[in-house]
Amino acid sequence: MDLFEHQAKELFARYGVPVPEGAVAATPEEARAIAAELAGPVVVKAQVKTGGRGKAGGIKPAPGPAAAEDAARAILGMDIKGHLTRRVLVEVANVPAEEYYAAFLVDRAAGSFLAMCSASGGMEIEELAATDPGALVKVPIDPLRGVDHETATFIVTEAGLPADVAGEAAGILVGLWKVMAGEDAVLVEVNPLARTADGRVLALDGKVTLDENADYRHERPAGETTGGDDLESRAKAKGLNYVKLDGSVGVIGNGAGLVMSTLDVVAQAGARPANFLDIGGGASAQVMADGLGVILSDPDVKSVLVNVFGGITACDAVADGIVAALATLGEQGATHPIVVRLDGNNAEAGRRILDQAAHPAVRQVPTMDGAAEEAARLANAAA
Amino acid sequence: MSIFLSKDSRVVVQGMTGAEGGRHTARMVAAGTNVVAGVTPGKGGLVHQGIPVFSSVAEAMDSTGADVSVVFVPPRFTKGAVLEAVDAGIGLCVVITEGVPVHDSLEFLTLARQSTTRIIGPNCPGLISPGASNAGIIPADITAPGRIGLVSKSGTLTYQLMYELRDLGFSTAVGIGGDPVIGTTHIDCLRAFQDDPDTDAIVMIGEIGGDAEERAAAYIEQHVTKPVVAYVAGFTAPEGKTMGHAGAIISGSAGTAQAKKEALEKVGVSVGRTPSETARLMRALLEAA
Repeated sequence: MDLFEHQAKELFARYGVPVPEGAVAATPEEARAIAAELAGPVVVKAQVKTGGRGKAGGIKPAPGPAAAEDAARAILGMDIKGHLTRRVLVEVANVPAEEYYAAFLVDRAAGSFLAMCSASGGMEIEELAATDPGALVKVPIDPLRGVDHETATFIVTEAGLPADVAGEAAGILVGLWKVMAGEDAVLVEVNPLARTADGRVLALDGKVTLDENADYRHERPAGETTGGDDLESRAKAKGLNYVKLDGSVGVIGNGAGLVMSTLDVVAQAGARPANFLDIGGGASAQVMADGLGVILSDPDVKSVLVNVFGGITACDAVADGIVAALATLGEQGATHPIVVRLDGNNAEAGRRILDQAAHPAVRQVPTMDGAAEEAARLANAAA
Repeated sequence: MSIFLSKDSRVVVQGMTGAEGGRHTARMVAAGTNVVAGVTPGKGGLVHQGIPVFSSVAEAMDSTGADVSVVFVPPRFTKGAVLEAVDAGIGLCVVITEGVPVHDSLEFLTLARQSTTRIIGPNCPGLISPGASNAGIIPADITAPGRIGLVSKSGTLTYQLMYELRDLGFSTAVGIGGDPVIGTTHIDCLRAFQDDPDTDAIVMIGEIGGDAEERAAAYIEQHVTKPVVAYVAGFTAPEGKTMGHAGAIISGSAGTAQAKKEALEKVGVSVGRTPSETARLMRALLEAA
C-alpha cells in the first residue's frame, strides 16, 4: 500500500526524522485554520499518490491564512493524472538551500535491500538516473545487519553530501531505515531531503510503500474509503483480486499469470478486456459467484470469459459458482453471454454441471484460445 | 534424471498436520513422492495419514534421512519454519506459502545463501519431476515424464503448458514463484536444465515486472546451448497496477512484456504470443531435432 505524503511524514516524525510542521485539511476553511496556527508562510500540497503534483499546479505557496484558503480551494477536487485530490497538506514553507535524495527499497535482482542517495535531489529520480547516473549512489544493504550510523555515514559520504551536513543526514538515514524495518515498508523515499537556508536538514517530501503481507503485525493508516472505481471497491470488499480495465470482455480466471495471459489472448482475438479478476488458488463456489456478480454489474461488459485451469482449484466448484451466481443474478445474468473454458482438476465434472444447468447465457469452449475468440466475437457483436 | 528433485528424494512436509499440508501431502504421495516425515512443533510422535510426525526438521532428518522439505505453514510462521530447515542443513526447501512479508523472505533467503540449502519460492507451486516425485501443489495427473524442462513464475501457466505438452512430457517443471524476492531464479533453473543430461529443451514462462527475464536472456546467450522457448504474460496490463502477483506490476517502461519478449528474441529464443502458440513452437522445435 502506498501512503499519502502526510501519512509518510507522520511515520517519519514517529521515527525521529525531521519534517516540516503541518497538518492535513479536507476543506479550504480547515486549510486556513491550519495556516493561522502555523503563523507565517506555508505551502499547500495536494495529497495524491502520484508524481508531478508541482507541474500540475497541485503545490502552491501561500504567505498567510487567506492565501492558504484560496490555494486549498484551487487544489481540492483537482484531478492529477487521474487521481482526485481530496486532501491538502498545509505546512510551514521551508526554502531549500540545497536538495538531496535518499531512499531505501527492495532490490529484487540482488535479493536484498538497496540504499540510494544523491547530492542532486529535487528532480525526478528517474530523470537523474538517466541524465547523470554517477550522481546517484547505490549501496546494497544486508537484510541481517540493516543500517547503523556507520553504514549511513558511508552512504551519504559516497553520495557526496557536504561534510557539514553528513552527520545530520546520516542520522536521518538511520531514522528512515527504522521506518523501513519497523513498519515492514518496501520503499521509503525522500525527495528532496533539504538543507534549509538556516542550516537544518529535513524531509520536505516523503513516499512510503508498505508491505500488505505484514499488515497483521502493524497498526496501518486507514485506507482510502473512496476514490477507487466503484467496482474495484466492491470487489475489494469481497476480497477479490480485481482491476478495472477499459474494454468490454469481462475476464475471470485462476492464478495471476493465467489471467494476465487471458487478457493478452482476448486482445489478440480483437477485443479489449474489461477487467482483471483472479479468483486465486482453491477458489470456492462462493468466490466464483462473487466474481461473476462484480463483472456482470460492470456496464462496459458485453461478454464474459471464464478461463480456469484447475490445479488446486476444482473445476466442479467453479461450475457450481457459475450456476449459483446466475441463479442469484436472475435477469441481469442472462443478458450477457458467458464463455467458459474449464481444464485440469475435476474438469469433466465441472463441464457436466454446466451442461446439466443448460443456462442460455453459458457456452463452453474447450480451449483457451477458442474461448477467447468466442468471447471477443460476442463482445464485438454486442458493441 | 531431472533437476533438484528425483525419485530418490526423501520429502518432509512442514505443516503436514494442517488442513492444506495434509491435503497436499496426500496428493504428493499419490503422485509417487517419497514423503518420509511431517513436522509440526509439539506434535512429534504422532502418525498422521500414515506418516510419522516430528517436532523439528532436524529430528525428521536424523530419523528418516529427509533431504527435501516442503513448507505449508501460515505466513506468520514461515520465516521460523524455513530458518529451522536451513539450520538443520536440508538440501532443498520448497516454500509454498503465499503472503510472506518481504522482510521475512529477505532474512531467510540471505541466511540460506550463506548455507547449503536451496530455497524455491516463497509463494510458489513447487516443483515436479513427473513420474518420480512431486514437491508442492502442481497437479501430477495433467502431464507425463519426458525431456522438456520448464521454469515459471506462475502456477496456472505452468499447468497450462504442462497440459498442452503432456504427450511429450517433462523432466522437471519448477514454479519459482511470483513474489518480488525469491530463492531459486529463472537463471538457476536454466543452468540446471542445461547441465541435466535428461533435459533436451526448455520452456521458460515469465510475466511483467522486474527484469528477471532480461537477465535470463543474457544468461541464455552466454551459457545455454539447448533450445529455449518462452512465453511472457502481461502485454495488455496497464502501467502502475498490480496484477495479483506482487511481482506483476509495471512501472515506467521497465518490465514490460514487450521489452522482455524483445530481449529473449534477440538471443534466439522463440517467444509464443499465447500459451498454445508457445506449446506449438516447442513441439515444432523437438520434431525438427
